[in-house]
Amino acid sequence: MLEFSLHNAWLIPLLPLLAFALIGLAMHRWPSVSAMISILSIGISMLLSALVAVLVFSLSPGEIYEASVRWLSMPGLQVNMGMLVDPLAAVMLVVVTGVAFLVQVYSLGYMKGDPGIASYFGYQSLFAASMLGLVLANNFGQIFVFWELVGVCSYFLIGFWFGKYSARDAAIKAFVTNRVGDFGFLLGILFLQIVFGTLNFQELSAAIPGYTNAAVLLPIAVLLFFGPVGKSAQFPLHVWLPDAMEGPTPVSALIHAATMVAAGVYLVARAFFIFNAIPQAMTLIAIVGGLTALFAASIAIAQNDIKRILAYSTLSQLGYMMMALGVGAMTAGVFHLMTHAFFKSLLFLGAGSVIIGMHEEQDIWKMGNIAPKMPVTTWTFIIGALALAGIPPLSGFWSKDEILLGAYASGHTGLYILGVLVAFLTAFYMFRLVFVAFFGKNTAGRDKAHESPAVMTIPLLVLAVAAVLAGLVNSPLMHHVFGHFINAPGAIQPHPNTAIIVFSTLAALSGILLAWLIYQREVIKAEVIKEKFSMAYKVLYNKYYIDEIYGWLGVRLVDGAARVLFWFDIHVINGFVNLTAWFTGKSGETLRYTEDGQVQTYAIYMFAGVVIVLITALCGVFTALA
Amino acid sequence: MIGLSHYLIFSTVLFGIGIFGMLSRRNAIAVLMSVELMLNAVNVNFVAINRFVTSGQAAGQLFSIFVIVVAAAEVSVGLALIISIYRHRKSVDLNNFDLLKW
Amino acid sequence: MSTAAANLQLQDAVFVMIAIVTTGAALGVVFLRNIVHNALCLVLTFLGVAAVYFQLNAGFIGLVQILVYAGAISVLIIFAIMLVMDKEINQTNLPIPSLGRRIAGVYITALLVITLVLAIYFTAWPLATGAGAPFDAVGMLAELMLGDYVIAFEAAAVLLLVAVVGAVILAKGVEKQ
Repeated sequence: MLEFSLHNAWLIPLLPLLAFALIGLAMHRWPSVSAMISILSIGISMLLSALVAVLVFSLSPGEIYEASVRWLSMPGLQVNMGMLVDPLAAVMLVVVTGVAFLVQVYSLGYMKGDPGIASYFGYQSLFAASMLGLVLANNFGQIFVFWELVGVCSYFLIGFWFGKYSARDAAIKAFVTNRVGDFGFLLGILFLQIVFGTLNFQELSAAIPGYTNAAVLLPIAVLLFFGPVGKSAQFPLHVWLPDAMEGPTPVSALIHAATMVAAGVYLVARAFFIFNAIPQAMTLIAIVGGLTALFAASIAIAQNDIKRILAYSTLSQLGYMMMALGVGAMTAGVFHLMTHAFFKSLLFLGAGSVIIGMHEEQDIWKMGNIAPKMPVTTWTFIIGALALAGIPPLSGFWSKDEILLGAYASGHTGLYILGVLVAFLTAFYMFRLVFVAFFGKNTAGRDKAHESPAVMTIPLLVLAVAAVLAGLVNSPLMHHVFGHFINAPGAIQPHPNTAIIVFSTLAALSGILLAWLIYQREVIKAEVIKEKFSMAYKVLYNKYYIDEIYGWLGVRLVDGAARVLFWFDIHVINGFVNLTAWFTGKSGETLRYTEDGQVQTYAIYMFAGVVIVLITALCGVFTALA
Repeated sequence: MIGLSHYLIFSTVLFGIGIFGMLSRRNAIAVLMSVELMLNAVNVNFVAINRFVTSGQAAGQLFSIFVIVVAAAEVSVGLALIISIYRHRKSVDLNNFDLLKW
Repeated sequence: MSTAAANLQLQDAVFVMIAIVTTGAALGVVFLRNIVHNALCLVLTFLGVAAVYFQLNAGFIGLVQILVYAGAISVLIIFAIMLVMDKEINQTNLPIPSLGRRIAGVYITALLVITLVLAIYFTAWPLATGAGAPFDAVGMLAELMLGDYVIAFEAAAVLLLVAVVGAVILAKGVEKQ
């Protein structure tokens, strides 16, 4: 059975794909049947993934399974399709199928009564198929195909409620922003093909260490990094992710928190051997990640929409993962990806439960004191928040700690300090959210709120357990078993350092304490701070005006360029075009008098041509004879 | 001794008569008949070359059959066109048909 | 002089006669002023060409020529002549009025015939030593038509169908909706 699951791992993405086809082609009229097909297929995929993971982790570290078939080949180019099952892929398989399964079950409750349920589950299946295909891909070309497919699914699901202008705009924004990144990514892939003649990960990882021309490799690495910057919403292409919250909340949980946005991190981990070969590229990744982490965390403290706070938190955590990869701590980055997938999807699903319970209310200030009415949601949410804040022994603690440890041990002290600051901010904004929304003074929540049905709370409970326990796999308690398998040549795995553990925990605790003081005890009035730092608050509230800057740049640049091009078009291009047209018209006017409309005249021309050809041929024959 | 070239020259003469008729007659039906002469000349070529150049094969004859088929189709459509034009213009004189002029 | 040689000479004489009659008939197709005479000359030309086929040992093609050309196509042409003639019958096949185009026609025809005759004369024909196809080649033709050339056969069938439909529509005229 284990062998079967490994050799047939391609079934894992295929099943949801079949579900998508079945729903799209045949079952879309029966919403509940569609939902069942979708959940069943992802459930079987989940079981297969678990078997694959068990088998992969029972092999010795470094052993992988790869299968490949030729897709097309011509001289100088061979394109293969294949799958690569290694520990990294296995972990992703388990995370993606697990979270997707829980989210789909949860969607049964959340999407109840929506007219588009069938297509919703169809898209969910397609997304699962694409994401799993991405994870299993053994070459860059294939990964790019699935990369685009998850982008398309994301577009569909963000714009799922396409009746809303904001949802449509957000979907377009996400798609277009991702295109910017994907363009660079594709260029990088093409360069790889040109330079190395292969896109296969194994072959590339064998070829890259012997390749010393950094002037070629650096642009390739930077171009490749464009893709993750777009998909994982790193600064400066982060703008789409917060707006993507227009989609249904389970979608945000699955795609825009747990899995798809992690694809960028996954890609950097997968192509770690390329980036690691060039220190400059690694530094770039680390700095982009660190900046994104700090920048997004600072925005999150000034937001009022529960989903937007979580969205900025996601940005911040993705930046954290990138930073980990950038400093060379690949294990830590992937580890955080995994734990984050669990607790962030838990938080999003909890937020969804709150939104349903509060009848589509998303402003945290209009909630308040809903804890008594929604106990399961509240306590699972708090577990998620604690995990995110990094309080021991929850999962976030182990992974965040490893990232900080990696940053410190690799000598990036600045990034380490930044990381601790982000940890503090994370704890602060999460517990600002918890105290205001769940324990606030506002009584509206107490009157309106109601607990969600079991189909929604059970996934919450399961994810809460995962959020608590997932960190143990790479803790000293389990002898860092995770790190033995998920590793790359050249990646660092520093030994635990007590001082760092204490520091980061203290930072998290003080963040929670500060939130408690301000928003629960009101020792320090939030209003007073807002007024004192009104400038800073406004900047943060408006997300550093990035959208506005992009808008201004877009208008100014595009408008200006359009003006210049318009002038050029009217006076130069049109000049040529009109000249050609004038010439054609004049010559036609002159030559048309040769046409007398007599069919026999045309026959004369035709046979004159025949005669000319014949005489030419005959001359050729005579020349050959002579 | 009559050989291949005699047949070919015969067909060339037939072809030439056809061309001249096609270029110089004003009656559309006469032009069509001239075209038939040309097609027949081509068929004579096919059959003659099949007879003298290949041995024991019939592909040339087969192609003359295809030419006959095409000619039949051409005549039926051509005559239908002429009748249709005659119905509109009360004439089959090609000199009157200069809709494509200028 | 053996019998076979005499036979051959007889065949040559027959060919010369057929060629003269057929060419004369073809000239009649073009130059006679009465379109009905033209059509009758055309029938004679078709029959002459059929005789040439028989001479060339292509009996089946000769039969097809008589059936299709001398039979069907001539009748069709004469039928069309009857439908469209309403003028003085002796003025129905006149040359085109433009002298320049007539001269051009003469030049082109002469040039074409001269070049072709030169080409025929100077080409080294790879004459086969064995006999050509048998007189009764129907079996071979059938095998070729339904074997190697089946696509052409199918295409010809489609062409005929299209031609029939097109001819009906053209001759009948499209009714105004």
